[in-house]
Amino acid sequence: MTLHPMIAALRRHKAGVVLIALQIALTLAIVCNAVFIIGQRIERVHRPTGLDENNLFLVSQQWVGAPSGDDPGSVEKLDSMQQADLAALRGLPDVASVAPINSLPLLNSSWNGAVDLKPGDKGQGSFRGTRTTYYFSDEQALSTLGLRLVAGRNFTAADVGHQGFRDQGEPTQVILTKALGDKLFPKGDALGKVIFLNGATTPTTIIGLVERMQVPGTGSWTNAFVWNATLAPTRLDANFARYAIRAKPGRLDAAMRAVTPALYATNPLRVLDDDSVKSFADIRAEAYRADVGMAILMGVVCLILLAVTAAGIVGLTSFWVGQRHRQIGVRRALGARKIDILHYFQIENLVIASVGAVIGLMLAVGLNLLLMKSFEMDRLPAAYVLIGIVVVLALGQGAVFVPARRASNVPPVVATRAA
Amino acid sequence: MFSYYLELALRSLRRSPGLTALMVLAIGFGVAASMTTWSVFRAVSGDPIPWKSSQLFVPQIDMWGPKGRGPNNSDNEPPDALDYTDAMALMRAHRGKLQSAMYQISPSVVPADASKHPINVSGHAVYSEFFPMLDVPFLYGNGWSADDDTQRAAVAVISGKLNDKLFGGANSVGRTVSIEGKDYRVVGVLGNWNPQPRFYDVVNTGGFSTGVEDVFIPFERAIAMSISNDGNTNCSETPAESGFVGLQRSSCIWLAYMVQLDDAAAVSAYRSWLDGYAKDQQKAGRFGWAPNNRLRDVPAFLDHEQVVPSDTKVSLLVALGLLIVCLVNTAGLLLAKFLRRSSEIGVRRALGAPRLAIYAQFLTEAGMIGLAGGVLGLLLTGVGVASVSWVLPKDIASLARLDFSLLALTLLVAVIATTLAGLYPTFRASRVQPAWQLKSN
Repeated sequence: MTLHPMIAALRRHKAGVVLIALQIALTLAIVCNAVFIIGQRIERVHRPTGLDENNLFLVSQQWVGAPSGDDPGSVEKLDSMQQADLAALRGLPDVASVAPINSLPLLNSSWNGAVDLKPGDKGQGSFRGTRTTYYFSDEQALSTLGLRLVAGRNFTAADVGHQGFRDQGEPTQVILTKALGDKLFPKGDALGKVIFLNGATTPTTIIGLVERMQVPGTGSWTNAFVWNATLAPTRLDANFARYAIRAKPGRLDAAMRAVTPALYATNPLRVLDDDSVKSFADIRAEAYRADVGMAILMGVVCLILLAVTAAGIVGLTSFWVGQRHRQIGVRRALGARKIDILHYFQIENLVIASVGAVIGLMLAVGLNLLLMKSFEMDRLPAAYVLIGIVVVLALGQGAVFVPARRASNVPPVVATRAA
Repeated sequence: MFSYYLELALRSLRRSPGLTALMVLAIGFGVAASMTTWSVFRAVSGDPIPWKSSQLFVPQIDMWGPKGRGPNNSDNEPPDALDYTDAMALMRAHRGKLQSAMYQISPSVVPADASKHPINVSGHAVYSEFFPMLDVPFLYGNGWSADDDTQRAAVAVISGKLNDKLFGGANSVGRTVSIEGKDYRVVGVLGNWNPQPRFYDVVNTGGFSTGVEDVFIPFERAIAMSISNDGNTNCSETPAESGFVGLQRSSCIWLAYMVQLDDAAAVSAYRSWLDGYAKDQQKAGRFGWAPNNRLRDVPAFLDHEQVVPSDTKVSLLVALGLLIVCLVNTAGLLLAKFLRRSSEIGVRRALGAPRLAIYAQFLTEAGMIGLAGGVLGLLLTGVGVASVSWVLPKDIASLARLDFSLLALTLLVAVIATTLAGLYPTFRASRVQPAWQLKSN
């Protein structure tokens, strides 16, 4: 079969052809970008934090009428209150281990700074160096969070110090994530090296490296340093404290229920409300709610789009089949087989859809450029567009099949009847 | 004549129920998707204080200089919050009609009933002018006085919600509430006040908040009692001293500031005062750079802070794209439908109907499809707005709501858009040659 008569026929109903092609083009452009957004969000949501997230939960609490923490005496008082809490929590039967910590990955409450290979000097600001987030915890951080040590050693109880929340001392020993260590020392020999935190003039030694640990922030502003974390062996003392707790396997609910009474028994003058005890699963769900929501929204839009476009193709092709009823009969009478009629409509659709796909490809790239310019989107990978083209072509073929088969069933005798 | 066209349209739509249903579904879904995303966009991009937003300004001062802003900040924008030194200088100068420095606090409140555990509330430490400046509605009592500001009086304004919790909703003015272990006298109870976005402190709330502001206490009282800030603190360098006092003496930014300036003259006077202030600081050696200040009104500041999430804008854009596809689809189907009736058109034209009558007839039919699509769209928009609450982040989802204007807009968009989509098919229908149609039959 040659394409020539088909294209001549298409010229007879230009408007319909243009509208279908345009619809396919727009559908392709939007679906490609929407699916790309979905893909990115799924990738974001599924990146591992580096923590063993099962059986992990967090307690955030605040003391009432606690000392200010601005003078050495009150820092000591706050620290003893925190130690009492830690002892009470570690004594619970369902608890495997507890670590005081200022934040957790995905918690969106962070303490960020920079680390550098050179000591700081006055007036340069503390932005020089490599950005990092800080986790202040103690020797149980690794076991509680389930972080995997890949080099060096863990903190010991003797390494752990404490300081007021707003005190400025920097720790002398830290554990870094491997990502941060490799960034500072690209040869991969960060262990044992000396670095300077936040423009400090006193050195800090890297005593260990953990495989992976995400920063608390989930916004796009953290993208540049999402795996750069520094663990300091320091309990922070303030009028509030957070405790990361690992429950014994399968005992998460029991451990979470036991925490509130145990803390009130230690000291009733504190605030513990519904939000104070949170499983890590809840923290994760909350952090990625917007991403999951966006993915669902884009998914719904894609489904509607594809359905509408398929329905549109069915509708217009049905009309054309009705319009050419007699011509089909003539062709059949002249010896065309059923399969030839079927193929005619299938190939016609393929031609229109291909034209639409080419325009759609350009629109998809254009829309992507617009999103990149205005909304910090990434560049659309070619694979998405190619798969998108295959999908719309397949959609067109699927949609055209029913009316095309109806056309192929037109009996040759129609040719003998008046129109 | 119109009722005749209505009847014709109905008859035609009934003749091909499949095609009609297809068009109505496409319009319904397209309009509903657009309206659902629009309801979210409208909610987050709205002006929280429309009657006054052009008179409320946020001053920004460059206390960090080009170096302190770090390598990522190339647009020379000064920091979006104030450090304590500059905020206090602005308060002392008192150049606006009304003004307040403020910071977010999260103190504990101990219920009078000893059997109940302490609770945690969020709020702000503000100056007395905060309440009249933002037209804050009071259920009982009022804000505090300027004297209370300077005397660091132990007074508090609480929310209606906290009043319900602590005092069972009674008029609690004059009674005592225990904040961070100290007694405060309640001077006012707020009415229903929960502006979104939190335009007076975007920096600490990020714009939207699921919580309610439960307690307001005098700024200088909060500083004197060392009630520390609960929001963000950003530093360009490590503070030289420790503690909350060290924070106050540092160039770290943690304070929001708002000032009311009633006319253009006041705005330009305030601007030149800010520049003069920065110049003085430069002369005194505190700033090593030329004045680099901003004075944006509330809408401009919300825009600068990018309060509207980009997800919301992208969703709206994509949904509008969906609507366009639905309309192209409808245009194609209408074209097929109208041209199928060429012989009918030919007969009408031959009997003397002018082109205008053909236009009227077919646009009426398109409008009816639009109306039906709009009604379906109304239902689907209802479903959509209800389901965003379990899909979107809570702080935003709770703002999207169905109201009369949204419903009216849904119908209007559906009818107008479908009529527009019907224009070309109608044009083609009106061009049908009567002679040709009559002959071929």
